[in-house]
Amino acid sequence: MTPSSWPCPLPGGGIREEYALVFDRQRGPRVLIVPALFDEGNRMRRFTVEVMRRLDRAGCDSFLPDFPGCNESLQPLEHQDPADWTDAMAAAARHFAASHALGIRGGCLFTPERLTAMHYAPVKAASILRQMVRARVLASRESGHEERREDITTRAIERGITLAGYALGADFYRHFETMTPRDDAQIIAQEQVGGSGLWLRAEPDENAGQADALAAIVAAAITA
Amino acid sequence: MSDETDLQLRRILTDVLGLQPGQADDFDADTGLFGHLPELDSMAVAGLLTEIEDRLDIMIDDDEIEGEMLETYGGLLAFVEGKRANA
Repeated sequence: MTPSSWPCPLPGGGIREEYALVFDRQRGPRVLIVPALFDEGNRMRRFTVEVMRRLDRAGCDSFLPDFPGCNESLQPLEHQDPADWTDAMAAAARHFAASHALGIRGGCLFTPERLTAMHYAPVKAASILRQMVRARVLASRESGHEERREDITTRAIERGITLAGYALGADFYRHFETMTPRDDAQIIAQEQVGGSGLWLRAEPDENAGQADALAAIVAAAITA
Repeated sequence: MSDETDLQLRRILTDVLGLQPGQADDFDADTGLFGHLPELDSMAVAGLLTEIEDRLDIMIDDDEIEGEMLETYGGLLAFVEGKRANA
């Protein structure tokens, strides 16, 4: 496992380096892993890396880039747009010469179209936002002031909003809200992986059995 | 249906809290949830409610979410049973 970087295009032109974690031994199968988003991204990160370790042992290289504005990225999240994220993942795929893509949860919204994709437990953008808005309603109520869902979404679309600690710009919110995963990917359902999804956990967790199962499914699909 | 709701709710809490199988069997009506378990912050509760909606096929309005229903296992169960009875 090596920390690496890749040239990510900036929306206004130019390039900024973004971080990626890679297992690269110049092998044939090369999987771009598009990570889960926001809070789920934190909860799923260790699991994701555990899957990469297993893919490495199964003879597959893998690459886990950051979305600009997330994880180690120095770009401001509030200036991002989903179209930039699509371009970013396409650029990462080119840089690492990926042969396949594996999307995890919300990451399935951004698997590059030119790659054969597998989607693990894909989710619509609207479901991700619904939960983040609900968390904000609950947090506000807990701190003694009421906020209505309609007011939050109106404000998000007009001026952008911070949800669960993530500053989302108005453009991001508007464009992201309607996104659904592409329909030509091979879907890997949680039942195939066993147990309950780790994105449900209140705290980040790991599960060796689930990591074994997901890596085996991915390795079998791309080396078939 | 009531027993089934109880069973499902224990399963969901097991998944959200990362409990060992069987651990949620010890929950009783007074077992404390939100405000008692540090890992149940607002994001986790939002996830919990969304999962309840998905698995029990109900819709929960934000206005319906009150401290009382989240405070204990009994409160949450009563709320969910009420929702299912009216569904």
